[in-house]
Amino acid sequence: MEFFTKETHIDFIGRRRVPIAVSILLLIGTFFLLFTRGLNFGLDFTGGTLVELNYQEPIEVSAVRKRLADAGMADTVVQHFGTSRDVMVRIPVRKETDSATLSNEVVTILRGAVGEKLVRSLPGKAQQCSTSRDSGLKDCQLQVRRVEFVGPQVGEELTEQGGLALLYTLIAILIYVMFRFEWRFAIGAIVAIAHDVLLTFGFFSLMQFEFSLSVLAAVLAVLGYSLNDTIVVFDRIRENFRRMRKGSNIEVMNTAINQTLSRTIITSATTMLTVLSLFFLGGEIIRGFSIALMVGIVVGTYSSIFIATPAVLAMGVSRDDLLPVKKEGAGDDLP
Amino acid sequence: MNKYPLWKYLLILAVVLIGSVYAVPNLFGEDPALQISASRGVNVDAATVDRVKGLLDRKQLTFRSVSLDDQGIKVRFDDTETQLRARDLVQRELGNNFTVALNLLPATPPLFSAFGGKPMYLGLDLRGGVHFLMQMDMEAVVAKAEESYGSDIRTFLREDKVRYLTVGRRAGGGLRVRFRTEEDRDMGRDIIREKIRELALVDAQGDRSFDLMVSLSEEALREKNRLALEQNMTSLRNRVNELGVAEPIIQQQGAERIVVQLPGVQDTAKAKEILGRTATLEIKLVDEEHDVQGAVAGRVPPGSRIYKYRDGRPILIKNRLVYSGDNIVDAAPGFDSRSSSPIVSITLDSRGAAINQRITGENLNKRMAVIYIELRSREKLDANGRPVLDENGEPVRVKERIEEVITAPVIRAQLGKRYQIEGLDSMEEANDISLLLRAGALAAPITIIEERTIGPSLGADNIKKGFQSILIGFIAVMIFMLVYYRIFGIFADAALMLNLVLIVAVLSLFQATLTLPGVAGILLTVGMAVDANVLIYERIREELRIGNTPQAAIHAGYEKAFGTIADANITTLIAAVMLFNFGTGPIKGFAITLSIGILTSMFTAILVTRAAVNLSFGGRRLKTLPI
Repeated sequence: MEFFTKETHIDFIGRRRVPIAVSILLLIGTFFLLFTRGLNFGLDFTGGTLVELNYQEPIEVSAVRKRLADAGMADTVVQHFGTSRDVMVRIPVRKETDSATLSNEVVTILRGAVGEKLVRSLPGKAQQCSTSRDSGLKDCQLQVRRVEFVGPQVGEELTEQGGLALLYTLIAILIYVMFRFEWRFAIGAIVAIAHDVLLTFGFFSLMQFEFSLSVLAAVLAVLGYSLNDTIVVFDRIRENFRRMRKGSNIEVMNTAINQTLSRTIITSATTMLTVLSLFFLGGEIIRGFSIALMVGIVVGTYSSIFIATPAVLAMGVSRDDLLPVKKEGAGDDLP
Repeated sequence: MNKYPLWKYLLILAVVLIGSVYAVPNLFGEDPALQISASRGVNVDAATVDRVKGLLDRKQLTFRSVSLDDQGIKVRFDDTETQLRARDLVQRELGNNFTVALNLLPATPPLFSAFGGKPMYLGLDLRGGVHFLMQMDMEAVVAKAEESYGSDIRTFLREDKVRYLTVGRRAGGGLRVRFRTEEDRDMGRDIIREKIRELALVDAQGDRSFDLMVSLSEEALREKNRLALEQNMTSLRNRVNELGVAEPIIQQQGAERIVVQLPGVQDTAKAKEILGRTATLEIKLVDEEHDVQGAVAGRVPPGSRIYKYRDGRPILIKNRLVYSGDNIVDAAPGFDSRSSSPIVSITLDSRGAAINQRITGENLNKRMAVIYIELRSREKLDANGRPVLDENGEPVRVKERIEEVITAPVIRAQLGKRYQIEGLDSMEEANDISLLLRAGALAAPITIIEERTIGPSLGADNIKKGFQSILIGFIAVMIFMLVYYRIFGIFADAALMLNLVLIVAVLSLFQATLTLPGVAGILLTVGMAVDANVLIYERIREELRIGNTPQAAIHAGYEKAFGTIADANITTLIAAVMLFNFGTGPIKGFAITLSIGILTSMFTAILVTRAAVNLSFGGRRLKTLPI
């Protein structure tokens, strides 16, 4: 099968103004969202406590909330997580009490509400509870699936480290592309990457999806992916500049984008396939991660065609900049 | 054209073989097992193995195998019921010097484990367990050190009859010694400088006084912090042993943090209680007037009690407390300067020093015992190994007081603030004793600043879901490639499968931790690994389109795509390495598999598919290519 039986001749660069305008509008929207709504930072960054519980029977969120409030925990957020039997309880950071034991209190309160006490929990087994002396042991009606507690200082550090990771990655890439290509290409690549990362942030801000540490990992993966796409196009532009003796910059770049178009789309498709599989089958915990990747693949593909190359063009790259460095009469630096 | 030399095929074959050998151990599941290790002072050896075997045989508990390695004894069972009963039996019979932990051990056949083959090391999010990040209060360490220096300075000045006004801690850190006259200060400075070398001294003009600002040097501070961290880690390790956890991880993170990971533990309340507990040390005199054997036989003299050494030898000790572990400021292993034999040098605080001076003066040539005391509680179990419940349905807990004599050296001279224990057999013994002397209490208070607990059901779910999404994503990509590139698609698919095998093999070989984000990383590399093949195949199609012969097209396709693939992958690799360096937790797990995946995919997507293409089409006259 083949979708691209003939070489396409789409004038991507000639019509660059429309996509650039769209991107600028989207970026303005993103900044507006980030400054007004901000990101819905998850526990990793804000600090706090999270307890995920699995009940044997479906349970109302309001019932759980009431039980906790009755026991003196008013500031909890309770919601279903995946199914109506799974409940997630969140408690914001508290300064005065020992936050590390909060999660235990939550579990003890809710176990008490169904009249159970934890008796034993063995590796790899369901937690076993008793109701009275002679009741013997049964699997507890509610099983603790996950507890996360992040102290405020850890949250701050993770935010800082995450930001640094993003920054250093951009710098390292800038240097590599500058070294392998030319500074204008490096700037073009960075512009495209920044565009993708920002738009992914914007999407998360718009939808108010939780922004957790694994979403940040996905954003950084998007960065790698988008760059991958951009580099492939740049590589072809460089090759074409060396090969095509005629033709304007716009023609050379257009040819390169058209030549790599089939690859760009096919690779995006296969990567999207795997990410979709992750989204539908990977479970709740990995969902934010896969959403970030899906957004990133779409904007990453778009930016490598419509943003990166026009950016290089705008900075006025010329054929002479890309001719091979004179070195022992060598021609092509491709192996 | 398009033929590979033989060595390239052989290289690929070798990689496939080695990769398979290390990937295969992941297919065999796990056996329920007991892991028996020595918790303090005792060794696990062949005799212990025989004892355990004998115990199990007597109770007719069938086990699959027993093995001994540097981590202790591993006993495998067929089912968890036997495993639980055996745990209770063995723990009861071996006593407190051994830790008996429930574990699941990989059921790797000996054929593969002979090559060092092991299954991947799963992170806590996949196997369940507790992760704690603990912060040490280093200010408390410094405060404690400064207080101790302060009392030293007072003692030294008093001994040398130098008049001073006050010695006190300053708000911003460090000490301030106030003198009435400049002459006093000069004399004081000389004495302090001579006696305590690690302090930095600066003159200052006080309010109607001549002051000396005393501060610890950077180096001394770092050393104090390091020792405190080491001591806390030792204490935590001792306590974790009590939890009966197989393969716990206790690691330093940064200068003042400790990571504790307890696979399989679910009861975090209990874990927190045990980790936060303190043990104490008591120093008492040995009862030399009475006979130990007589006491063991039942004639315990009044005012004395029988204690046991860690190896079980009895010793008769007087009840009166001389001083406690709280008075021990420091204990460090070292070598005696004259005999160059191993010693432990101990520093006491001023109260301890005063008591020590009086008691040792009165009891020359007698022995002084150091006793380690810890309170523990554990669940009471019935004959079937089930917890006994009280009327409220809560498990009955039995309190135990662990008391053991660490060492009982002879007092050779009147001792004071600093003294040393000599006559030790080895440097290890000196290390052990000094650690135990310090490990009584935590050197600095610790607080849990991060907790992540994953229950076993969620862990199992995560594995299942991760596996499913890899499988489905994988199959979808394979079908796509097959439909779109036909025969060449098969080559790409084969390369993809090999890539997966290699990622698993590398993860298994290096025992890198596989986490859920790591699984996502594997899946993402699957998507991106075909990129190399897409690049090559699209290039081949392009070459065919401009009229090249099939053979020339294959050659040019691989040749020209290589540079692009390399550039694209190196930049992604840069991103992955940065993620690894600056990331924590989930980001790191993701970065590991992403980096491995990029490297292995370069090999499989370029070299392996080329080999397959060359084998199938190389050197033949072709009119068309099935691409």
